[in-house]
Amino acid sequence: MENKFFVDSEYLSPEALEKKHRLETEPSFRKNHMEYMEGMEQIASDICENVISQMKAYDYSIYTARDVKAALEHETCSIEDFKALLSPAAEPFLEEMAQKARLETSKHFGNTVYLFTPLYIANYCENYCVYCGFNCYNHINRMKLSMEQIEHEMKVIAESGMEEILILTGESRAMSNVNYIGEACKLARKYFRMVGLEIYPVNTDEYRYLHECGADYVTVFQETYDADKYETLHLYGHKRVWPYRFNAQERALMGGMRGVAFSALLGLSDFRKDALASALHVYYLQRKYPQAEMSLSCPRLRPIINNDKINPLDVGEKQLCQIICAYRIFLPFVGITVSSRESAEFRNGIVKIAATKVSAGVSTGIGDHESKYTGKESDSAKGDEQFEIDDNRSFDKMYKDIADEGLQPVLNDYLYV
Amino acid sequence: MQTDDKLIIGGHEFHSRFILGSGKYSLNLIEAAVKDAGAEIITLAVRRANTKEHENILDYIPEGVTLLPNTSGARTAEEAVRIARLARELGCGNFVKVEIMRDSKYLLPDNAETIKATEILANEGFVVMPYMYPDLNVARDLVNAGAATIMPLASPIGSNKGLATREFIQILIDEIDLPIIVDAGIGRPSQACEAMEMGAAAIMANTALATAGDLPMMASAFRQAIEAGRKAYLAGLGRVLVRGAAASDPLTGFLRD
Repeated sequence: MENKFFVDSEYLSPEALEKKHRLETEPSFRKNHMEYMEGMEQIASDICENVISQMKAYDYSIYTARDVKAALEHETCSIEDFKALLSPAAEPFLEEMAQKARLETSKHFGNTVYLFTPLYIANYCENYCVYCGFNCYNHINRMKLSMEQIEHEMKVIAESGMEEILILTGESRAMSNVNYIGEACKLARKYFRMVGLEIYPVNTDEYRYLHECGADYVTVFQETYDADKYETLHLYGHKRVWPYRFNAQERALMGGMRGVAFSALLGLSDFRKDALASALHVYYLQRKYPQAEMSLSCPRLRPIINNDKINPLDVGEKQLCQIICAYRIFLPFVGITVSSRESAEFRNGIVKIAATKVSAGVSTGIGDHESKYTGKESDSAKGDEQFEIDDNRSFDKMYKDIADEGLQPVLNDYLYV
Repeated sequence: MQTDDKLIIGGHEFHSRFILGSGKYSLNLIEAAVKDAGAEIITLAVRRANTKEHENILDYIPEGVTLLPNTSGARTAEEAVRIARLARELGCGNFVKVEIMRDSKYLLPDNAETIKATEILANEGFVVMPYMYPDLNVARDLVNAGAATIMPLASPIGSNKGLATREFIQILIDEIDLPIIVDAGIGRPSQACEAMEMGAAAIMANTALATAGDLPMMASAFRQAIEAGRKAYLAGLGRVLVRGAAASDPLTGFLRD
């Protein structure tokens, strides 16, 4: 079973279509995805080798119920235990895993759940990533907000009560350069207590600059840790360079960021191997940068504009729950974010087990917070969404729902120092 | 309890020897800590108070309770100093609990940075209560740096594992003239009682209460355990027979003078 990702737009010129088809069908037409492009900083690091060698050697079929039971009994979860918990042998133990995960979560986080919202400020993109709504061959409304528009969006969001924001862009240096993003961060510091970034990977000095502008948390999704699979999904653009992306979190920490977030996009490749690699990426980086805060996201593939058939294949809710519980047991100290890609029912359940952060009042489009938050329609242009969300609860509704579940919603636990 | 048995920190007098930590916060927890555990000092994470409207902890602190802002989130002495100054600007008073962690996994304190921050803040007039890994040399340095108390950890924060560092805390109690307040890892009233019997001046706890089935009942259990331990310490612990009965014939009976 595979997703059908290739969609031809009638708006593309014959030349563009030809190039698109060659990228899709001729591997030799595509750039070497392991080779750095000009301007991409290379750092000396052994993290990648540690993660990938373990991922490649991971044969989850060898683990048995006995290994899973032993893993659940151990006070400290070893890498081997974690591998057992991610294996198919652990599926019958989901309830036991959830119980243990809940205990670990309460030890480290009590009953708190953090709230944040994403703000997309531009959706221009120079990459052809076949599953993404922003990909350069997808015909969507493109937009880049001006500073005035960004400030307006931020005011609307801040008025809702939100105190943490995650600023996102499409991956286009040309349309949304580092200075533009930096200016957005400076504005965000006026309205929010905590500013995170989810943008294209940049060099250490650029992360340092963005940190000075007020950003303190960097999220980069590796999409898949299987570089060969990655090559078949990211056909064009700088995002194609797999190792530069892998080392983004480390560069962010070298640039002074307080924390970094990681994820594979589940459904692109073998999810058990991707989950293992995501967690080991955190594990090894934490050993090297023990002061850093780390968090894991666990997004699954979602439908996009012009391709509503995209789905997460074999990663059902039970598998997702298994992954999240295994993450929590192996890495009890990390934050776990569950986005609005998942349903309200799933998110209500998973915050009681292991998730510590959820988004609310979400739009993955550009410049549409006012109409979404207040119902007030304006004449100004809007940019299309990156993917369809499932849980569209407002900030107020989410806040109330979390409290009604007996948990404590937290808007901020952070100081920019 | 003897009425003249007071805990004195930086010239301030307290009757309660239970201090509420800041790890996991809720209104119910603060209420139980004050009403049922008798807490007169409540720790406040400045970074959690850095919020605009919903659920601001500052609004929950009852009158007459001393706020103890902490510097959680600080990774260096410099960051801790900045957070402490911010706390004072926010109107949180002069007390500060210095906690500096360069480790996001175990949240163990960085003793070297803690000494530096303690010295700077004590010189600025703060009543400094440093959280530390129990090490006698560091404790002495903290005394010289102007600390008002020493707050050694019992075991990793949030672990509820009790007095894993018992022997080293005992050394601090024996050798340091400041109040030794046992912080972090106290999971049961019996562990709090044991620390108080050893001569600890007070107990700080949070997770043990926050995760209890019945919060007010657990808070009250901690109060009783701490008071019992304190009484036992003041009374002077009796003889503990390790192996059976003591010899009835004196070993020194042969001495003639």
